[in-house]
This record gives sequence, C-alpha cells and structure tokens, in this order.
Amino acid sequence: MSDPALFQYVLGLADDQLVLGHRLSQWTGRAPILEEELALGNIALDLIGQARRLYQYAGELEDADRDEDALAYHRDARGYLNLTLVEQPNGDFAQTIARQLFYTAMALPFWQAMTASTDQRLVALAAKAEKEVAYHLRHATEWTARLGDGTDESHRRMQAAINQLWEFTGELFEMNAAEAGLAAGSIAPDRKTLRISWDRTIDTTLSDATLTRPDDSWMAEGGRDGLHGEDLGHMLAEMQSLQRMHPGLSW
Amino acid sequence: MSDRARLPLWEVFIRPRNGLAHRHVGSVHASDAEIALMAARDVYTRRGEGRSIWVAPTSAIAASDPDEKAEMFDPADDKTYRQPTDYHVPKEVGDM
Repeated sequence: MSDPALFQYVLGLADDQLVLGHRLSQWTGRAPILEEELALGNIALDLIGQARRLYQYAGELEDADRDEDALAYHRDARGYLNLTLVEQPNGDFAQTIARQLFYTAMALPFWQAMTASTDQRLVALAAKAEKEVAYHLRHATEWTARLGDGTDESHRRMQAAINQLWEFTGELFEMNAAEAGLAAGSIAPDRKTLRISWDRTIDTTLSDATLTRPDDSWMAEGGRDGLHGEDLGHMLAEMQSLQRMHPGLSW
Repeated sequence: MSDRARLPLWEVFIRPRNGLAHRHVGSVHASDAEIALMAARDVYTRRGEGRSIWVAPTSAIAASDPDEKAEMFDPADDKTYRQPTDYHVPKEVGDM
C-alpha cells in the first residue's frame, strides 16, 4: 500500500456515505407518504453511489485485492470508520431529518472544498457529490422549517430530534493525525474551516424553523477509530447477511 | 398514510429535455408549492426526464364538464376542411 493514511481516509468517507445511505434505505416501505418514500430513496441512492466510487478508490489505494463489495460487506462494525452521527437509527421522521440536516450542512461545504484537492480522483468524486448533496441540504432545510414551524406535535418532535442528535455533531469537525496530515498536504479539506459554514446553515435553518440551538456539552467521538454504538452492528448484520452467506453473489 | 388526505394535491408539468412545452405528467401530495416541486422532482424526473418543472394546485384548475362533451367537441367532428389533408395541392405547385 502506497499511502495508508489516504486509504484509511477514503475508507472512512466511503463508510459515512454507505451507512447513511443504508439508514435512509430502511425507510423503504415505511415512509409517511409515497412522495417522501421516493425522496429518501433517491437520497439513499446518491449516497450509495458516492460510497461505491469511494470504495473503488480505496480498494485501488490498498492494492490488496479487496473490491467495493469486500470492503462494504466483509468488515465488522469495529472495522467501520464512519462518523457516529450517520449510524444513528432513523427514529421518527423528525430524527431522520435532523440527522440529514446535521450531516448535509457539513457535507456540502466539505465536497465544495474537496474540489480544490490535489488528488484528482477526489476532485472528480467531489464534483459529482457536490451537486447531489446541494439537493439533499435543500430537502433537509425545507423539512426542518416545516416540522419546526408546523403543528405543536411536529415542533416538539423536531426540537427533541435536534437535542437528541446534537452530541454527534462535534465529531463532524474532528480530525485525527492522519487526516490533519492530508489536510496539510492539500489533499483533504480542513474540517475546522467547514465549521463556519455549518454554523451559519444550522443557525439560519433552526431560526427559520422556530427551533432552539442546543448548548454544546459532551460530544461523541471515536467513529473514525472504529468505536461505534451497538446499533451499527445490528444494521451491518442485516445489510451484510446475504454476502456473508453467499460470498461474491451478484444480481 | 392516513395523513395523505389532508395534504393538498398538486398537478405536475414537466418540460422534457428535447421539448419546448411543459406536459402534464401526474400529481403529487404536498403541504405547499416548495415541497410539491421537490416531490415532483423526486417522483417524476428520476430517469432524467425533465429540464423544468411546474406545479399548480389541482384546485386551481378549471375543467370542462364531461356531461357537456357533446356540445363542446362534437361540432368539430365533421369539419374536415380544418384538416390539412382536406386540401389537394395542384401538381404545378411542386414540392412545398
């Protein structure tokens, strides 16, 4: 492997998109209305597409004969490097929207910044992801506004979701030593610079939605080191069951 | 999906990639115009069908009465002189 730090970094990004995409796909057949079923499914497919391209690149970087399926289906939760925010269960619709809002408000400036990377593979990935994620953010902010500024019940649920998931937002801007090194080399965006844009999006959206921004307190961490809650294990067990039973199975 | 009935219905019009005019493609349920546009995008343009979307509240569309079909449309049935095929171009004109 030529660059272990870059491999780990790309793998973590791939895991972010796959885990969030799979979570959203779990709404299939359960969404509140048909229109939202398709909306969440479309977003899931965008994210899984991003994950595939990232896994393909990770596989090439690793150069150990692991393709996208091997990386996605044959690693346990301890080997997953995603942010803990994206693995949080769907909950009610408000919790799903809050998770989308928090993640996507980071992802849009992240991919925008990535288009200036010195790594041309990541630039190409970012150019495609940027357009997709811009729509995801629009979806999340419009729904946050309607739920927050909707009925008493929708307001209560949306505020509860914001409060509940807040502790997973600190990790969005954490960088381990490897990622900091990639940022110093202009390969990866510096996550600290994304915070300004994220704060602006969150503050505007919450204010439009008549919601209150929670105070910062204890923040979850450890996702990039493979430390996850038990929910991820359950999700992966289901997601991976077919490939584990029939390795190499294809459609 | 019991809340569906409470959401207003919107008619969706898409301008295809290669077309000039918006065409009616179906309808969506949505609380307001902005959500209706997003729903229309997600339901009707997933295969690259569209370059522009209009949505209009179904309640804003006035429709002709099916019971008045005869007086509305039958009078046009026997006026073949309104069809281009009703006219013969003289040979002398050549290709038009």
